[in-house]
Amino acid sequence: MFTKADEEIKISAELREFIDRWRDKPGNLIMILHKVQEEYRYIPREMALFLSRELNVALAKIYGVITFYHFFKLKKPGKYNIQVCIGTACYLKGGGDILQELENLLGIGIGGVTADGLFSIEGVRCVGCCGLAPVAVCAGEVFGKLKKEQLPDIIAKYKEKA
Amino acid sequence: MASYRNYVLVCGGTGCESSKSAEIYANLLAGVESAGLADEVQVIKTGCFGFCEKGPVVKVLPDESFYVEVKPEDAAEIVAEHLVKGREVKRLLYNKEESQKNAKIDDIEFYQKQVRIVLRNCGFIDPENINEYIARDGYAALEKALFELKPDEVIDELKKSGLRGRGGAGFPTWKKWSFTKSVASGQKYVVCNADEGDPGAYMDRSTLEGDPHSVLEAMTIAGRTIGANQGYIYIRAEYPLAIQRLEIAIQQAKELGLLGQNILDSGFDFDIELRLGAGAFVCGEETALLASIEGARGMPKPRPPFPAVKGLWGKPTVINNVETYANIPVIILKGGDWFGRIGTAASKGTKVFALTGKINNSGLIEVPMGTTLREIIFDIGGGIIGGKKFKAAQSGGPSGGVIPEEFLDTPIDYENLAKIGSIMGSGGLIVMDEDDCMVDVAKFYLEFTVDESCGKCSPCRIGGRQILELLDSITKGRASLHDLEKIKKIGKAMQRASLCALGGTAANPVLSTLKYFEAEYLEHVKDKKCRSGKCKDLFAFSILTDKCIGCGLCARKCPVNAITGEKGKPHTIKDGLCTKCGECFRACRFKAVVKK
Ligand SMILES: Cc1cc2nc3c(=O)[nH]c(=O)nc-3n(C[C@H](O)[C@H](O)[C@H](O)COP(=O)(O)O)c2cc1C
Ligand code: FES
Repeated sequence: MFTKADEEIKISAELREFIDRWRDKPGNLIMILHKVQEEYRYIPREMALFLSRELNVALAKIYGVITFYHFFKLKKPGKYNIQVCIGTACYLKGGGDILQELENLLGIGIGGVTADGLFSIEGVRCVGCCGLAPVAVCAGEVFGKLKKEQLPDIIAKYKEKA
Repeated sequence: MASYRNYVLVCGGTGCESSKSAEIYANLLAGVESAGLADEVQVIKTGCFGFCEKGPVVKVLPDESFYVEVKPEDAAEIVAEHLVKGREVKRLLYNKEESQKNAKIDDIEFYQKQVRIVLRNCGFIDPENINEYIARDGYAALEKALFELKPDEVIDELKKSGLRGRGGAGFPTWKKWSFTKSVASGQKYVVCNADEGDPGAYMDRSTLEGDPHSVLEAMTIAGRTIGANQGYIYIRAEYPLAIQRLEIAIQQAKELGLLGQNILDSGFDFDIELRLGAGAFVCGEETALLASIEGARGMPKPRPPFPAVKGLWGKPTVINNVETYANIPVIILKGGDWFGRIGTAASKGTKVFALTGKINNSGLIEVPMGTTLREIIFDIGGGIIGGKKFKAAQSGGPSGGVIPEEFLDTPIDYENLAKIGSIMGSGGLIVMDEDDCMVDVAKFYLEFTVDESCGKCSPCRIGGRQILELLDSITKGRASLHDLEKIKKIGKAMQRASLCALGGTAANPVLSTLKYFEAEYLEHVKDKKCRSGKCKDLFAFSILTDKCIGCGLCARKCPVNAITGEKGKPHTIKDGLCTKCGECFRACRFKAVVKK
């Protein structure tokens, strides 16, 4: 069942140490998945297989948990993941238009990744800056009171960085 | 603590942090250092001041200067002018027109009607320094609970205070503690619900970021009272700053012997660990939350048994919301009677609201229970953006309902909101104006709850989807009057038959908008019209020939080239091409573009 690739996935010392620390704690699976996603930015299939063996948990249970929670991603996001807030405050102030414009500009929908692997779009429910609505977050940088017209500049800025 | 001539408080809440308050803090610190003032002026990064609309905010004490919309480059001027020469930087003060009067913190309408119990320390102390919390009576309540009061006396104080759960349902806190205490079990748990799933609300986040120790202290008191030695804080992974500050706080409390083994030599042990949520709204529901801490899919379980009897890993568990906990140290210190004097007959104390939407002063506020919506929106919130007309406010997020204009003067408490058809909820308060379509808003909330339904029970899984489809057909002009009846029927069934309150309350937004804005629904259904122009299938843009002067601005703005016409002559919009984006409508200076 395990292919060669599964065996070869690199697991950092830090992650290994984390898993060891949590191994015997009840309810550890979600915390370990968080750590995995922190490291890989998504949950690679090889890692799910690895955890299944390592923690002696059924693979189905691991995927049951991953797919239940929105936070866990099964697909690698772009180098710059753009989170557009579609929480209530942002929605009322035009968050939907921002999302639509961004989708047009990048030619991808929510969950998509651009062909060059640079950008991906994610719709999130409130990033806690509702006072600054509408809000989008690009690679950790928060853009508040955002206007559609700013989007091309933001994209250009990150393209240049890449 | 050493005393300083001036204290410079920089807001380090998430909102301000995202507009570069960290840089402002660093620049101020460096400026003070290089001006040789390090012994006289202390620069502190605090939690949220609440006035997020005008962030980043910097306060200078004891002068009470309130600087708003500060930029990193302004730091040098604040140091050179204010801190060195003692002259306020007028151009940065809030309310510049009145800067002659030097808007002090207490003069700002935004703060005048507020009473700060939960947020007592937010914006005043450095949340990463436990000594500042202790200096403001921090951990004195724990000491009292350990050495002066018996567990039953702690419960008595809570009973006298009338404190009810701030997570939404408003269950009396003392009862929960008392139930859990009375169950005989070797192992019990204390859990803090910091999942804050309501999109558009950030009260708990700000409390944890600005005053993490208040929650740790209260959980320890809970542990002592019910006989538990282990606590868990279940917090959203989307709140990295709050997580980091909690970790620091736990560490510091342990170093000072205020958490961990043998707390303050009392022989009582209590430990707190964090568990991260992973973006599932239903995990705010207590039984789902416990399942999630156990590492499983967050599916609710039927109650009873209640967590007080059978909770985490089957053991008796007290579970309270962040804001509920943050009230408790003050109640223990000042007494339940003191707390009970604030608020209304059945709802005591204060409530924190995240005031957002079409309001001038978005932000975080704390008001006594019984304050009216009018005071919140018009006095504290500064009214509606652009002087538009107030239409409704939504409390309780996706589980709540709308409060229309006729109830603006109703004192807000648990009972009154329930009577109106909404709920107190956790504190999201979203203001809508005449441009917002009530059908569209109901659809927005239903989309959310359908998306977040865990799928375990069918009233929620199927009912929610059905209502959403009906709402969708209303916004597209394809519904009949019969469909409105259907919505009510399904909604009532969901309220009665759902397993947990997610399904039980999911129909509230649609039922309450139907109740108070039926006319708007009827317009959509009968006249195929959306008066606010949100439902794109129900209107078209057109150009009034008598008003259009043919300047061509709209044609240039149109992203799909749907507008044609000769210069100087009235233009026209091609219906098939128009995507109804509204660019022309906003661009026209002659009001020649209209929605029909
Ligand atoms: C769908 C759903 C979501 C909830 N979300 C939250 C939440 O985000 N935060 C919270 O404190 N309580 C939430 N609750 C309420 C909790 O179930 C529970 O009543 C609360 O944590 C109890 O604490 P309290 O008595 O201090 O309010 C939610 C309930 C439901 C049904
Ligand atoms: S709703 Fe967008 S940040 Fe809260």
